[in-house]
Amino acid sequence: MLKDRTTLSNLAVEVENLGRVYKIRMNKKEKNLRKELVALQGVNLQVRQGELFGLLGPNGAGKTTLMKILTTLLAPTSGSACVAGHDVVKEPVVVRRLINMVSGGESSGYGMLTVRENLWMFSQFYGLPSKQANQRIEALLKIVGLEDRIHTKSSDLSTGLRQKMNIVRGFLTDPQVLFLDEPTLGLDVGASRDARKLIRSWLEEDRTRTLLLTTHYMVEADELCDRVAIINQGRVLACDTPSVLKQQLQRDALFELTVGALNGLTVSKLEGIPGVRKVTHRESGDSNVLSFILDEEAALAGVMNSLTESGVRIMRLDKHEPTLEDVFVNLVGRSMDEVEKEDPHDSK
Amino acid sequence: MTQNDPLAIQSFEKATGWRLFIKTVIARAYPRIIGQQREKSWIFFDIFLPMLAVSSYVFVYRAIHAPEEYVGFVVIGGAMTAFWMNVMWSMSSQLYWEKEQGNLALYIMAPNSMMAVLLGMAVGGMFATLLRAVAIILLGSLLFHVQYVVGNLVQLLAVFFVAMTALYGLGMMTASLFLLLSREADHLAQLATEPVFLVSGFYFPIKSFNFWIAAAASLIPLTLGLDAMRQLVFASGPALGFLDVRVELIVLCGLCVVFLFGARALLAYMERLAIREGRLTESRR
Repeated sequence: MLKDRTTLSNLAVEVENLGRVYKIRMNKKEKNLRKELVALQGVNLQVRQGELFGLLGPNGAGKTTLMKILTTLLAPTSGSACVAGHDVVKEPVVVRRLINMVSGGESSGYGMLTVRENLWMFSQFYGLPSKQANQRIEALLKIVGLEDRIHTKSSDLSTGLRQKMNIVRGFLTDPQVLFLDEPTLGLDVGASRDARKLIRSWLEEDRTRTLLLTTHYMVEADELCDRVAIINQGRVLACDTPSVLKQQLQRDALFELTVGALNGLTVSKLEGIPGVRKVTHRESGDSNVLSFILDEEAALAGVMNSLTESGVRIMRLDKHEPTLEDVFVNLVGRSMDEVEKEDPHDSK
Repeated sequence: MTQNDPLAIQSFEKATGWRLFIKTVIARAYPRIIGQQREKSWIFFDIFLPMLAVSSYVFVYRAIHAPEEYVGFVVIGGAMTAFWMNVMWSMSSQLYWEKEQGNLALYIMAPNSMMAVLLGMAVGGMFATLLRAVAIILLGSLLFHVQYVVGNLVQLLAVFFVAMTALYGLGMMTASLFLLLSREADHLAQLATEPVFLVSGFYFPIKSFNFWIAAAASLIPLTLGLDAMRQLVFASGPALGFLDVRVELIVLCGLCVVFLFGARALLAYMERLAIREGRLTESRR
């Protein structure tokens, strides 16, 4: 274990009324003309020591902005944030000793260096003794199944293998608080599973470690996180354990209908049916998938009638247990995919 | 994945303060000292191509029956252009490329000093370029039978070391500046290449200029460094020198201080700006 672990309060991360506004230049000619983009507003969060906390939301929701503030890369425009008991604005150097971050899809490091050399280089920026750094590199590469590539130049790695190397970089310095921003982005199913196992075992080994994870994979958040905060348009809409969040929908009836052509039937028309609370729609090949959140199962009859009257061919009907995706739909009114399609500005 | 692998191998203490600073310098120098040598094309681009430019000047000087020392001047100048190119393309533009690659955010987020990162780049670049410069001098001297007369080796080493410190200090300072200028920096670097080749006297003694042009050119550390080195390694060097070597050494020391402090101030400004505006650590790719 690290000897420099400071005395921790019970909170690994504490965020109070945090806000961030970006001023974006409109065009090159009018340099003073700037548009304000609110990335975060009034965010309050408390992450306990030892927790695996998930930030869940679509692209552009403000997850990465929050991560950047907590990792001292960005200053908030209002409010305050503390990591491991230290203010990220007033004590950035102290915070930096205690944290690390890995982002999905990053291309950090140098292509002409081998995997081991790249990881060793980053370990030195945190002051790790070379001998211990090399031992940890070998152990961690073995855990993620990359030990046979230790002497491969990183430019020769595939995107997925490179991401595994990045994940190892994050764990290498044994931070008190680790931030993972979409860590499984670009990884195949097996590699994602390995990464999730590494995350779990790292936390279980020492309960003073804390991990903050952003993802827009609901299943990942559900499987991994002790608690999740659902973020949209810079605001925290809900924050609790996945089971408590899903329980809020437990009394509702959730159905998924796979149908043929919609024949002019719209989501808003379906939402007008008595007992129908939320409907989301997505295309799946030649068919359409409609997800319903109903106040009670009896409302399904009205839905079926409406579909039949419109001549919509019903191919399949599934009743399912609530998921975090349903929680998101219930809170935002649209699915995460729909939000991303309608508001496709870049994630900050 | 195996479940039994211990993630915390044993107790260890992380370095802080000066130990962390030195570790960072060594680590950041490593890709340049070791990594860059793996790309064998450097032998062609960094030795063969500069040798072509050196050769053309040598043939011109011999065709017009210029003093034979001019051949030596050109060989030394050709070797020193390697340092200028390294400073322009691998120091000044480097933070911009680090940003594009996603490394800059990791550097800022780490507990190390950014000055140590820049110093590591400089030390690594200097070492790697030294190999190229030595190769050009050896090859040029052998091909064109250059005669050296080194009277004061200590002074020669001092001039070289101080000139390099000032030159890489300039590179460290412009690295932050070029990062702020983003893509425009590439154009600036291109724009600066040939004029600097001219006014620094890479291929002829700067005494050929009038005093004020030579004095203005002396703001580029290579100008005085090159002039002083030529005075110290060629018999007719002092006669063709711009200022006395000791004066040039003092001016170079002054440039070291100015550029290194400038680098520190600009780096701190860049880091503050990056954190305040949040755009400098964003890749535009």
